[in-house]
Amino acid sequence: MSSLAQKKGFGAVLWDYLTTVDHKKIAILYLISGGFFFLVGGLEAMLIRIQLMKAGNDFLSAGLYNEIITMHGTTMIFLAAMPLLLAFMNAIMPLQIGARDVAFPFLNSLGFWLFFFGGIFLNLSWFMGGAPDAGWTNYASLALASEGHGIDFYALGLTISGFGTLIAGINFLVTIINMRAPGMTYMRMPLFTWTTFVASALILLAFPPLTIGLFFMIFDRLFDSNFFVVEMGGNTIIWEHLFWIFGHPEVYILILPAFGIFSEIFAIFSRKRLFGYTALVFATILIGFYGFMVWAHHMFTVGLGPTANAVFALATMIIAVPTGIKIFNWLLTIWGGSIQFSVAMVYAIAFIPSFVAGGVTGVMQAIAPLDYQLHDSYFIVAHFHYVIVGGVVLGLLAGTHLYWPKMFGTMLSEKLGMVTFWFFFIGFHLTFFIQHFLGLFGMPRRVYTFNADQGWDLYNLISSVGALFMAIGIIVLLVNVVLTTVKNVRVGNDPWGDGRTLEWAIPSPPPFYNFAQTPLVRGLDTYWIEKMEGNKEGMIYAEPLGDIHMPNGSIIPFVMSFGMFVAAFGALYFMDDTKPWALAVLVIGLGITFGSMLVRSLKDDLGFYITKEELIEDAKRGGNTDGHK
Amino acid sequence: MAHDTPEKIRSHAEHEFLKKKRSAEMRQQLTSFAIMIFLTLIAFTMVAAGFSTYLIVPIILLLAAIQVVLQLYHFMHLSNKGHGTIAFFMFSGMFVAFITVLALVTIVWW
Repeated sequence: MSSLAQKKGFGAVLWDYLTTVDHKKIAILYLISGGFFFLVGGLEAMLIRIQLMKAGNDFLSAGLYNEIITMHGTTMIFLAAMPLLLAFMNAIMPLQIGARDVAFPFLNSLGFWLFFFGGIFLNLSWFMGGAPDAGWTNYASLALASEGHGIDFYALGLTISGFGTLIAGINFLVTIINMRAPGMTYMRMPLFTWTTFVASALILLAFPPLTIGLFFMIFDRLFDSNFFVVEMGGNTIIWEHLFWIFGHPEVYILILPAFGIFSEIFAIFSRKRLFGYTALVFATILIGFYGFMVWAHHMFTVGLGPTANAVFALATMIIAVPTGIKIFNWLLTIWGGSIQFSVAMVYAIAFIPSFVAGGVTGVMQAIAPLDYQLHDSYFIVAHFHYVIVGGVVLGLLAGTHLYWPKMFGTMLSEKLGMVTFWFFFIGFHLTFFIQHFLGLFGMPRRVYTFNADQGWDLYNLISSVGALFMAIGIIVLLVNVVLTTVKNVRVGNDPWGDGRTLEWAIPSPPPFYNFAQTPLVRGLDTYWIEKMEGNKEGMIYAEPLGDIHMPNGSIIPFVMSFGMFVAAFGALYFMDDTKPWALAVLVIGLGITFGSMLVRSLKDDLGFYITKEELIEDAKRGGNTDGHK
Repeated sequence: MAHDTPEKIRSHAEHEFLKKKRSAEMRQQLTSFAIMIFLTLIAFTMVAAGFSTYLIVPIILLLAAIQVVLQLYHFMHLSNKGHGTIAFFMFSGMFVAFITVLALVTIVWW
């Protein structure tokens, strides 16, 4: 934040963030709320590991344990990993393609607030009669039998935050298709933009099945329909299909942007053009496609029959091919490069063996007969934590270090970053590597305790110690963030010195209009090309300096989402005979939402112009004003 | 903005070219219209001739798919320039929906 912003009072800053439609500020909102949910999910993980630290532990009761594992999974996937990735997509992607904002700034803000209120609603279940307890996959037979309102919180909360994610995905697609700067052809887009693009397409195609599944679930639970009720002619397997038709692309929605972040890091800190850029792009698209053809590998033991199992097993194994292409391209990018071992780069290098380990166990599970042995054991837990922590979370931590200067204008301490890295990396392998063996020894998932004579004591203890290491790593990261913010040492446009793409050609943080003049793109790694040709300004321009049209901020997205939040409580208590007010709450909530939609439709909001004179004034002060209108 | 739309003055050659292009497009539309009528005739004849349902249903579905593609390309201008992205996303979406329905039909309900 600039000196201009610091003069403002707390109330003004808060109002600014509640009404902002600026993609960079929405990115910060995603980062803060995603970070908060990451800590909540991490706390739940610590509780799980404390419970499993020794045999026959009674730290948590069986019911509470179920709630905690459910909320750990749900929170980490939907409320932590995805929003944190959306934070980086929002902050960086428009800068990489030379755009002044996303295509629909208002919708961008609406998407965030829907996610935020959905997440808050889901987590309020802890204080309002119990959290969901049917696992993050929420399999229908179990979910329908669950008492209390936990599952309803899950279904309604995820529906609301799912709307938000879908909106964000569509917004990014339109942005990338329509708002690339002149000369930025598809095959000149930075890889992070490419992965954002494919992940957004996956969001577009994968979230509707989840929404349908959740609708069926809500109707079954709240309005006595029978979609999944077997004795009434429903089919409980349909939930599993719908969930995994969404769920498998979902893991690619998570990993692809992380791949994008790593691709940027490898190129920057090896001081080399990405090896096999074209292959990386096509591998990304292929992974996106295959992602929709493999979901039933989560359901091998359901009894789909040998034909279906064989087809899905084969399709699953094929995914290893484009992923392998990516791994080799990254290795060849590093090879012969002038490598700088910054924290981000160290994360990226650590990611390769960790993720490959997770991928290899994935191919093992793709062998359907072997999966019958591994299913629902700790081997599975080890596998998906290897891909999600070893891939996505390492990517998020690396991205935090890489993009912190671009988002906030200060550098995170590299020294403390290394401390975080080593604690987290060692802790991660300590926790999850040993769980492969626990799985092979027969320890089942989702069971709250075990007996001393089963031989799992030592390994579980080691696993819990590892979790403690990871927690220390994250605490050091938080200290790092606080220290960096307090010290407030400002950095220039290209703090790493080797930035290759357009975001490094503009100030950190960028002015609120991003580019005073739209850049002209002459090839892949735009900024690098200009630097190599001695262009001091870092880019050439596609237009003369002129007035810029900008959108006005608006509180309407916040109010609209708040209406959904209120309506969700009405829907939740609708079937309770003791709560006749529920219908009124439902109506009021929907009234707020539709009312604010009406206001938005009827009131013209034409935005405002930044004049040429103001831009020149800005440029004199270093072009780094965090201006507000 | 309407007021600053540049007025285009076409040369004689350009005019002739456009004319040719339009008549070619018209010819294509008529051809695909004829094909569609023909496909419809096949469908009706098959039902009238009383073939087995197991033959009729897949063939009609196939004919329907062909008709949709013809419709999209020749009447809804998907063949025009600059529609590549739209076509790509449409077919990806159709593909995903198709795989989903196929899987549910074959492994859940069959």
